[in-house]
Amino acid sequence: MQDYKLMLDAYETAGGSPSIFKDSNIAHLIVHKNKVIGTNLVKGLVLEPKEIPSGVDIILIVEKGIKIENLVHLCFGVLPEEGIQEINIKARIEDGAGVKLLAHCVFPNAVKVVHKMQADIEIGDDAYYEYNEVHFHGETGGIEVIPKARIKIGKNSHVVANFSLLHGRVGVFDLNYESEVMDNSTLDMTAKIYGYGNDRIKIREAGYLKGRTSRGLIKSRVAVKGNAQSEVISELIATAPDARGHVDCVEIIQGSAQAKAVPIVNVTNEFAKVTHEAAIGRVDKKQVETLMARGLEEEKAIDLVVSGLLR
Amino acid sequence: MGITLAWQEPARFEGLTVKDYISVGMKEKNPALIEESLCHVLLEPKDYLERKADKTLSGGERKRIELAAVFAMKPKLAILDEPDSGIDILALDNIVKIINELKKQGTTVLLITHREEVSEIADKTSLMCTGFIVKEGRSKEVSKYFKEKCAPCLTKVFPSELDNWTQGAK
Repeated sequence: MQDYKLMLDAYETAGGSPSIFKDSNIAHLIVHKNKVIGTNLVKGLVLEPKEIPSGVDIILIVEKGIKIENLVHLCFGVLPEEGIQEINIKARIEDGAGVKLLAHCVFPNAVKVVHKMQADIEIGDDAYYEYNEVHFHGETGGIEVIPKARIKIGKNSHVVANFSLLHGRVGVFDLNYESEVMDNSTLDMTAKIYGYGNDRIKIREAGYLKGRTSRGLIKSRVAVKGNAQSEVISELIATAPDARGHVDCVEIIQGSAQAKAVPIVNVTNEFAKVTHEAAIGRVDKKQVETLMARGLEEEKAIDLVVSGLLR
Repeated sequence: MGITLAWQEPARFEGLTVKDYISVGMKEKNPALIEESLCHVLLEPKDYLERKADKTLSGGERKRIELAAVFAMKPKLAILDEPDSGIDILALDNIVKIINELKKQGTTVLLITHREEVSEIADKTSLMCTGFIVKEGRSKEVSKYFKEKCAPCLTKVFPSELDNWTQGAK
């Protein structure tokens, strides 16, 4: 009970609204370390968590033709200073189904914490899947976050995956998302991260546009300062006719921080097209001067530009 | 300080809404004033307040938002660098109107323009050539001078030659 209350407090601090956990029309799952401490289901949604020594295995199914009306809320966290949490998700969104998920991951006191996520997600035909993951970390940087996902998208489907880590120290971060996109389906992946101190950020997002008229957008926004380092690998491979993709990476560095962007675009069909843009550098001088002309001090102007980029 | 500058090509901001951008320079974040400032530049608040002030705006829209931001800031001095360039002819009247509104609210405007019809709103006009002021006065006098003396001039005049040239022109 104590863990439940503390998790809800941490969830609220992370920007969530604990009242949603009292609403029987809203599905949710709360996991602290390897304990399932709260769950609610709605019709058409299968959500089966199973506790394992290092975390939780989760089966998530949205049944054929069912569109889950309300956002499904997930909350994962480790509240003590040390611990490990492995979240293994097997998700299946069946034909004609649709769901939006919002996962809050809270590690406010981490000194030596590891959070791993392995997700295998299958999206059927004519389906919709949106996954938003928001992290809330403490200020020690003693955390390692390793999210991995493999997403297979059927025909005429739409998938959105947003990841953000903007509150607290990143620690060590190693994200690796891969997705296959079949005929007439779209993939839209965005990662936004703000690193400082000695944070280490590594992002790899890859999309394989295998279906005719498939679409892919991979977008990254990273800001690093202090001695933080980031590396972003954005990969789009188009092998089908009329496939279209775009890679868009912006990294802002301040102080002694370092950033690297590796856009990889690979097209093997003459009727496919993939474009990319990548920019790394200081905050744009003209943007800062424009805001300073409106009366902001330089530091505040830089903060506003960076916060806008990561919004 | 109460001094601001609107660039000829204003910066764009990913993630900031038009409302965010306009409110940056406002001492009190008054939503009614933000809407009023957009109306002055012929932009419908409901269509623009939540739009991003990024590259999705056209050049003309961005410039009008820049003027709206200056209006909402109520500065003592506003330097407007060609606020009329890239503006369609229908919106040009409103650019003139908002500059007059700035004057009315007590803002001194230093306006840089290539358009005669826009310069006519100024109380005092200076004609510049290669970094030098060659004529000062009312707009009509300066325009007349320009048409008679400058427009026919086919010779590139360099600053080192300017003293002789301007004396000759008198």
